[in-house]
Amino acid sequence: MDILNALVAILNFVVIPAAAYGAQLALGALGVTLIYGILRFSNFAHGDTMAFGAAACIIVFWGLQALGISLHPLPTALLALPVAIAVTALLMIATDRVVYRYYRAKRVDPIIMVMASVGVMFVMNGLTRIIIGVDEIRFDDGARFVINVADFRAWTGLSEGLALRQSQVVTLVVTALACWALFWFLNRTRSGKAMRAYSDNEDLALLSGIDPDRIVRMTWIIAAALATTAGVLYGLDKSFKAFNYFQILLPIFAAAIVGGLGNPVGAVAGGFIVAFSEVAITYPWRKVAGYLFPGWQPEGLLQLLSTEYKFAVSFVILIVVLLFRPTGLFRGKSV
Amino acid sequence: MSNTRQHDASSAWRAPVLIVVLIALFVLEGTTRNAMFSGSWNTSLAILNMGLISAVMALGVNMQWGYAGLFNAGVVGFVAIGGLAPVLISTGPVAGAWGAGGPRLLLALAVGLGAIALAAVLWRRLMRPLNGVAVLVVIIAGFVIYRALFDVAVTGIEANNSAAAGNIGGLGLPVLLSWPVGALFAAGAAWCIGKVALGLRSDYLAIATLGIGEIIVAVLRNEEWLARGVKNVTGIPRPVPYEIDLQRDAGFVAKAADFGLDPATASGIWVKLCYAGLFTLVLVALLVLAQLALNSPWGRMMRAIRDNETAAEAMGKNVTRRHLQIFVIGSAVIGLGGAMMITMDGLMSPNSYNPLRYTFVIWVMVIVGGSGNNLGSILGAILIWFIWIKAEVWGPEFMGFVTSFMSDGALKSHLIGSAPHMRFVAMGLVLLLVLRFSPRGLLPEK
Repeated sequence: MDILNALVAILNFVVIPAAAYGAQLALGALGVTLIYGILRFSNFAHGDTMAFGAAACIIVFWGLQALGISLHPLPTALLALPVAIAVTALLMIATDRVVYRYYRAKRVDPIIMVMASVGVMFVMNGLTRIIIGVDEIRFDDGARFVINVADFRAWTGLSEGLALRQSQVVTLVVTALACWALFWFLNRTRSGKAMRAYSDNEDLALLSGIDPDRIVRMTWIIAAALATTAGVLYGLDKSFKAFNYFQILLPIFAAAIVGGLGNPVGAVAGGFIVAFSEVAITYPWRKVAGYLFPGWQPEGLLQLLSTEYKFAVSFVILIVVLLFRPTGLFRGKSV
Repeated sequence: MSNTRQHDASSAWRAPVLIVVLIALFVLEGTTRNAMFSGSWNTSLAILNMGLISAVMALGVNMQWGYAGLFNAGVVGFVAIGGLAPVLISTGPVAGAWGAGGPRLLLALAVGLGAIALAAVLWRRLMRPLNGVAVLVVIIAGFVIYRALFDVAVTGIEANNSAAAGNIGGLGLPVLLSWPVGALFAAGAAWCIGKVALGLRSDYLAIATLGIGEIIVAVLRNEEWLARGVKNVTGIPRPVPYEIDLQRDAGFVAKAADFGLDPATASGIWVKLCYAGLFTLVLVALLVLAQLALNSPWGRMMRAIRDNETAAEAMGKNVTRRHLQIFVIGSAVIGLGGAMMITMDGLMSPNSYNPLRYTFVIWVMVIVGGSGNNLGSILGAILIWFIWIKAEVWGPEFMGFVTSFMSDGALKSHLIGSAPHMRFVAMGLVLLLVLRFSPRGLLPEK
């Protein structure tokens, strides 16, 4: 039995990638859940908002590169992020003006808002394709590794290597900062409290003099910031490809529903639950089993599901939650 | 939704005018050659055929959305699972595939389904803390047995002549039989998902169907034993003659010469006309059935539920059950369309199932045509399909015109290069504009 090597293997192939992916999902799910809480519809355009934000960031990044500005050893994209957030936020507010405000004023069924968000999704998808194309783009220009496999082996003398990529560390740190800022804003500031009040009970909030237009505007700005950050981090980690952001919509929705739609803490927890299940279920455990039980030679890879089915994992989690606890683990507002 | 549907009646001329416009478009496409149209009857009929298939799919979506207000965001999945039927029903059996693991495969699937069914029964029958444990044990044991049976069977089947086959093969039955089977497949998938997601918030169905759509496509892509995955299945039998046989047929060549057509063009046109006739037959039959259903007491009940669920529930209607019913029926129609499409293409290629193309463009068709109006969905489908295909040509033309004043450079070439993506923007804008300014579509519901 070789527990140390097994632990390193688990850390390297499951915990670290799942934590980074979970952080990206958590940011995405936070945006979905906020929009759901305040504007009361599931925003199908969120994935493409992430793609648009990331595309904007890449363009600013190219501009910075052309000017010779670099944040080395950190990825220069972090410097471009605030600009990209501003651009995306402007687009979101404009979209709200042109599209969603009308339906809000008419108090239509939420499903009509969902339809409208599908239209917005199309437009944003097309815009992103026109602006930046459909090819795969890498823009992680910083140092590649914080810890690389060879160094780790040399330090510890273990046979199993461990790599910690910089994009993973950046993802976790930025996500932690973003969550801290968001929860501080929601719990401590006057505007944040107004937002929560509006989410809990719209009529009561209006009666106490909260300006709904301002709340809505703030929601879009925050959602744009979260979506852009999530999109950029996902792109740094896995390279940017416009279509991937449509596919990530399902795990994001799953994360938001698992945590309870409308509940920010739940969205963060949901993101990590979905990510860890996805990675753990699609990871071939043969190597770890080899360390733990050296005498046992299993036939297969000990992989519960092949990687192509990682979306099935979020789907199954979604179904289980819908079956047994439709309000989510943290009691969201949906029934 | 009531506020978007209760408007005064619209003109009775809309449908005939729309039909005339459509006919004019297809005739122009067939006869005129310029920057906008190709001038080829073959192209025109190809667009029409796919338009007719889209119309079947749109009819299915309209049943779900127009009759019941259910948002199915996984149309692509039901199209794909319907398309599986021609492969499994009508292609010839693969020699040796059944012996390589067929019975074992069926046994594995039976074990998997049995475990789920047993778990569901145990969950309901047993006492509170005990049932959770029992369900967990059954699921885990079921999964282990399933994988033990399944993996060996799949390895066997995929190893069997993997260059040309490697799949379980079909039954070799007539291809037309596979159309209702495709509908049945889609209905089964819809029942599973509807059972879970209906009766909850309306958005949940949208999200759950988005998931099932992705998963069905992923299964088709990866399960090589089923339909060869990304290696594609080709040569699916046809219900109509092959072009090559027609070209060899002296009688046909002579007849084509009477029309002044060379055999190659004439055979293409004739095959497409056969398909168009077949599809129109199916479409008209579906339309008649759908109209009869909509105007029956059942249809009135569905509309009553859609317009006011609470009131309908108070009148003793089981809303969730009715929703499940219409969701399954609508998905079956979508699956039928999927089977028809694969039959026409003669090719099963899982990579072509793009959700934007098969889910959301179908949605645009329904919304533009007029949600709740069957004829509207059909005409909307043919119109939008025509525009969707032609936008690929018109986009670059338009972009070329817009940029004609610009000097040649990186920006100009980038703009012209990205013009084909314009149609996504165009579709989104059409959807948003119709939803906003004319939510009842071109042919409003009566």
